[in-house]
Amino acid sequence: MQHVIIGAGPAGVIAAETLRKLAPRSDIALISDEPEPPYSRMAIPYYLVDHIAEVGTYLRKRDHWYADQRIELVNDRVASIDAHGHSLGLSSGHSRGYDRLLIATGSSAIKPPIEGVNLPGVHNCWTLEDARHIIERAQPDSSVILMGAGFIGCIILEALASRGVKLTVIEMEDRMVPRMMNDRSGGLIKKWCEAKGVEVLTSTRVNGISEDGHGRLGVNLGMGDTRPADLVIAATGVKPNTSFLSGSGIEVDGGVVVDHRLRTSAPDVYAAGDVARGKDFSTRSFTVQAIQPTAVEHGRVAATNMVNGLEIVHQGCLNMNVLDTMGLVSSSFGDWEGVDGGDCAELFDGDRYRYINLQFEDDVLVGANTLGMTQHIGILRGLIQTRVRLGASGKRALMANPLNITEAYLKATQGTTSSM
Amino acid sequence: MMKSLLIEASKCTGCLQCEMACSYENEGVFNPARSRIKVFTFHSEGRFVPYTCTQCEDAWCMQACPVDAIVINAQTGSKDVLEDICVGCKVCTIACPFGTVNYNQDSGKVIKCDLCGGDPQCVAACPTAAITYVDADATGLSRMRDWAAKTDNAAAPH
Ligand SMILES: Cc1cc2nc3c(=O)[nH]c(=O)nc-3n(C[C@H](O)[C@H](O)[C@H](O)COP(=O)(O)OP(=O)(O)OC[C@H]3O[C@@H](n4cnc5c(N)ncnc54)[C@H](O)[C@@H]3O)c2cc1C
Repeated sequence: MQHVIIGAGPAGVIAAETLRKLAPRSDIALISDEPEPPYSRMAIPYYLVDHIAEVGTYLRKRDHWYADQRIELVNDRVASIDAHGHSLGLSSGHSRGYDRLLIATGSSAIKPPIEGVNLPGVHNCWTLEDARHIIERAQPDSSVILMGAGFIGCIILEALASRGVKLTVIEMEDRMVPRMMNDRSGGLIKKWCEAKGVEVLTSTRVNGISEDGHGRLGVNLGMGDTRPADLVIAATGVKPNTSFLSGSGIEVDGGVVVDHRLRTSAPDVYAAGDVARGKDFSTRSFTVQAIQPTAVEHGRVAATNMVNGLEIVHQGCLNMNVLDTMGLVSSSFGDWEGVDGGDCAELFDGDRYRYINLQFEDDVLVGANTLGMTQHIGILRGLIQTRVRLGASGKRALMANPLNITEAYLKATQGTTSSM
Repeated sequence: MMKSLLIEASKCTGCLQCEMACSYENEGVFNPARSRIKVFTFHSEGRFVPYTCTQCEDAWCMQACPVDAIVINAQTGSKDVLEDICVGCKVCTIACPFGTVNYNQDSGKVIKCDLCGGDPQCVAACPTAAITYVDADATGLSRMRDWAAKTDNAAAPH
């Protein structure tokens, strides 16, 4: 059996390893267009601050890992898919057949449609190649403007600040991480950053970027406000890498359309990770989540389904994030904005930068946020994803003190008298 | 035969010797706040529940790690954090449905139970044998394992 995987990010690598375990005799090829060995975008911020070298970002560290696993690594770009003929056209001019195919091509960062976004010195922060450009320009005391304070923007914010640059963050919406935290907690993150010397402009739009003829950039914020910059970073969103699928007949709508088994509309073709419009555990609808845990889960589920005789029906991935903004740790899980008719327990301590928000449907936890907490937060995932009933008293205890999540978990899962 | 921790909460008196031993062994200080095993107190019932990593099969922490910093210890079966490879991204801390991988702000890395390499100090310190280190099959860990399996309803077998 020829298994071919397009894309060597976390989804592709986990899928290849899962296939190797479940189908020991099959051929497995992992095709990626990036020149580096498979690496993790998530590790880029730590490379930016020099905590790790480039090899520190690699998904697998052991020597000869892929060869030992008999996973063939191919450095090429898939230009087209002939779904009827079960074959791929590669940019190098070669073609390649498959029995089962996994599309794990991830997403790419986009730049906003404004003047000057393609000037030298304007970069995304998505690939190792981007990171090298950023390191070159983000020298101590240089001026850096970061467009976008969403999840990715906030993640790289700390790395930039600790390179000793003068940093300004510009966000169109009225708060930081608007899709992960509500206005109270998002407001605390902003206050925290400002206290650390980062200028944060929310509800602000970049109108265009210019260059003064000597390599210095100017970022136009309207009303005559133009900021000088040595480097502008666009963290303004991503889009799934699906352009090579045009003409293949494989259905794309926002991301590659998949069913509960992560099958695409073409026979023997599956999709996983940032490129796939998979099922969301909370909303039960299909959407692109674009997070690492989902890429990993998808990779495992899709690979299992690619093996004859095995089948996993995918119930949906829980949307969850953890974010460290200059030392302030926040997290979000599931339906953190709450559900109709549900209840909410909240604790807000602005002076100490602490916050927790729990959302219930009946006596089941369905969503949560934390700020300033690092202990036992994984239990929130466990409580949400097992849909465990807390019981009236369990829920009452959490409504009274939402910090007691571990106690609630132990009660709900271990009864009150028995041992572990 | 791999061994694992058997925790019998009914025998626990809440003395916190396990937390002391754990923090001393792993962090070099007697400080319950830095222990990998935690004792939870249910005041109204006068009950104590020691709680730590079950070294679960599925090892969500290990799968979610983006840089291969969590590995299986071949001797003990524990899932160990390689400190020099961990970048401190914390994805494992939200992926673990038990909440037993935690971020340590001082070191900028995550910490979790590694069974002290096969000689768990919490066991040695427990005066009432509420924590013992026994053949994996004998432990009542199946309940926690069930919990792990339930979390996997992201991928329930058909
Ligand atoms: C700076 C940064 C920080 C992040 N931090 C977090 C975080 O803290 N938590 C979190 O959950 N997520 C985070 N993410 C997001 C996370 O990295 C992605 O969700 C994850 O990488 C998705 O994995 P994937 O395998 O689906 O895609 P990718 O990792 O994007 O891999 C896809 C690969 O396929 C290749 N490819 C694309 N098209 C083709 C083609 N036609 N032919 C051949 N190869 C192709 C791509 O070049 C790429 O190498 C972060 C991302 C960035 C950039």
